[in-house]
Amino acid sequence: MILHFIIVVLGIALLLYIIFGGADFGAGILELFSRKKHFTQIKNITYRTIGPVWEANHVWVILIVVILFMGFPKIYALISTALHIPILVMLLGIILRGTTFTFRHYDAYKDNAEKYYSKVFAYSSFITPLLLGMIAGAVISGKINLEANNFYDIYIAGWFHWFSFFVGIFTASICAFLAAIFLIGEADDEKLRRLFTTRAVKANIATVIAGGMVFISAKFEGISFFYEYWNNTTSILLTLFATFSLPVLWLALIRKKILLSRLVAGVQVSLIVMAWLWVQFPYVVKLKNGDHLSFYNTQAPESTLEALAIALLVGVMIIVPLLLFLFKTFNKLPTKA
Amino acid sequence: MENLFAARSQMAVSLGFHIVFACIGMVMPFLMALSHFKWLKTGQEIYKDLTKAWSRGVAIFFATGAVSGTVLSFELGLLWPSFMEHAGPIIGMPFSLEGTAFFVEAIALGFFLYGWDRMNKWLHWAMGLLVGISGVASGILVVAANAWMNSPSGFDWVNGEALNIRPIEAMFNEAWFTQALHMTLAAFVATGFAVAGIHALLLLKQPNNTFHRKAVRLAMYFGAFAAILQPISGDLSAKDIADRQPEKLAALEALYKTSQPADLIIGGLPNDETEQVDYAIHIPGLLSFLAHGDFNAEVKGLDIVPKSERPPVLITHLAFQIMVGIGSFLFLVAILYLFFSWKKPHHIWKKWFLRITAISAPLGFIAVEAGWVVTEVGRQPWIIYKVMKTSEAVTPMPGIQYSLLFTTLIYLILTFLVFWLMKRQIKALNNSYQSANQ
Repeated sequence: MILHFIIVVLGIALLLYIIFGGADFGAGILELFSRKKHFTQIKNITYRTIGPVWEANHVWVILIVVILFMGFPKIYALISTALHIPILVMLLGIILRGTTFTFRHYDAYKDNAEKYYSKVFAYSSFITPLLLGMIAGAVISGKINLEANNFYDIYIAGWFHWFSFFVGIFTASICAFLAAIFLIGEADDEKLRRLFTTRAVKANIATVIAGGMVFISAKFEGISFFYEYWNNTTSILLTLFATFSLPVLWLALIRKKILLSRLVAGVQVSLIVMAWLWVQFPYVVKLKNGDHLSFYNTQAPESTLEALAIALLVGVMIIVPLLLFLFKTFNKLPTKA
Repeated sequence: MENLFAARSQMAVSLGFHIVFACIGMVMPFLMALSHFKWLKTGQEIYKDLTKAWSRGVAIFFATGAVSGTVLSFELGLLWPSFMEHAGPIIGMPFSLEGTAFFVEAIALGFFLYGWDRMNKWLHWAMGLLVGISGVASGILVVAANAWMNSPSGFDWVNGEALNIRPIEAMFNEAWFTQALHMTLAAFVATGFAVAGIHALLLLKQPNNTFHRKAVRLAMYFGAFAAILQPISGDLSAKDIADRQPEKLAALEALYKTSQPADLIIGGLPNDETEQVDYAIHIPGLLSFLAHGDFNAEVKGLDIVPKSERPPVLITHLAFQIMVGIGSFLFLVAILYLFFSWKKPHHIWKKWFLRITAISAPLGFIAVEAGWVVTEVGRQPWIIYKVMKTSEAVTPMPGIQYSLLFTTLIYLILTFLVFWLMKRQIKALNNSYQSANQ
């Protein structure tokens, strides 16, 4: 019971990080792929919309880390050891992204420096979710092998493969997609709204292609995730739901139903994430030798789980209302004026 | 370079970097809340401008602190996986609560920075205060986790496994209070003096500037009071480790041999070969008094543990001298400041005193870094005191020196950038705020 409560909180934290943190990353990715003439407009809107919320959105990842190392310490230790290199690169992305975003806005002078902040911000906004996806891909790929006897096999082969790469690209595309959908409603003129709509469609196409590539690469790399996914009725159903809701999203975009389009996009991403989690559960890390680290064989002792559950419960009760109030205060849909 | 040394250095660089931003993040909200409060109460534009000017700087520090803190939560696993595997379930409690505190801090900061004119002014003010309260709570919780490494409790260590885990007991270990108190006060001293010092420097260039004068006063409220309380907290800490970690006290006092009574050794260079401290000043019996409240008490020396279990004496001792030296200096400045503001207010604005205040600006942070070195290096070779050695906890991945190089480079660039950004903020002050010219 307590264990499952913790797992559910972990799942929700992951989902919220992907959606809210993802939309933040995506805003940077959109900047990366935007032409010069739109740049200033996109930059201003990015600042206005994610400025107040980005720091809060990224605390989800800390929560995930804390739950892992307190509740499932073996998983945390193994991931940190085997995936040291991609995690380090991802951290670089997190540092550069947060700092350059803030520096860009708060620098007292607007001069050449702004150009550099923007470049670094845009690239790190792409690299961070790419690496996060690659880490997730590596975790489920079954290629992690700590028993090997050379550096490459232990610390690189586990994550350096096409499957994890495409999971990374898929993740980055989802971020861009979420951001574009979100920003449509925040744009203050028709031209910009059309620009974000085009971006949303492009990102949507990229997501579908990347998703396809994930399965193709899984098949070619002999990753069992592929078979497990397609043998799992629930996951197939969730995927089908996500796919068939695409026309609803397009219709919502055409009809300019902003709230509906956001809702559908959020639900679609959630469905995909849930389909993935459903295949995974209760396994977290798959190793090359066939062993699994699951929630059940790595859980911390009962007394720790109880303490963690209490801390999470207290946390949720404090955080959720505050966070909702934050979104409510700053996420005003543009008025007709 | 040895892997263990590289990992320790990387941890030192990352924490040494983060600690500065964490301190500023803990204390600045209180300074801003005070100034903000004065604006709401008196309606004097100058306080509003001061709050806003500070908040622009603080936004930069916060973002840097938030991301460097995120990095640390991963780095613990990247560098010390076996430590986290064993310690996580025991000491995860303060970390998970810290997660909540940090969440609240980030949310409240969003409200505070972006909420001007967008919400009820008193609610907006309260959000600013909440940033500080949750910031201090975060700091205390993280320090409680560190204190556990010095004073491990809440589990039974049986054959290399932690059994019978009691997370609450681990969180409220014997060292948490003294360490958290010392760190929190240190944050207030360092930040208070840094802010006062920067404005004092500006006052040297623009004497009689009301904006900077008000800033010095507000910052000194916090800095001076904390600086006066800090020696008491330091004394509590010293007495605490004299009982709990006698070899740590011996290392920081450079006391090689158990002595009764023990001299206080000030300065000097400890020599591990001769077990003497060269060029030091000895004050007979004073260490006995400081450690145990009795001039004739026995103080345990480094000889109570085998050489392989002694912390590095030179670094610990020197860092301790720096911390105490600066602490004493700031204590005197604080006394002087409070005396002046009580009896002779115009003295505060005399050039010589402004110079002293300006010199104090970086000192508090140097003391914070030195104190951190004392507590961390002074615990070596243990990562969990008397339970697990740092060498047993380090990641098996070779080549950490490259990751150290990479991390150090990034943090150096960021340090440079933050300094540069601050300089630009200050340069732009007079153009951005009318009241800054008064």
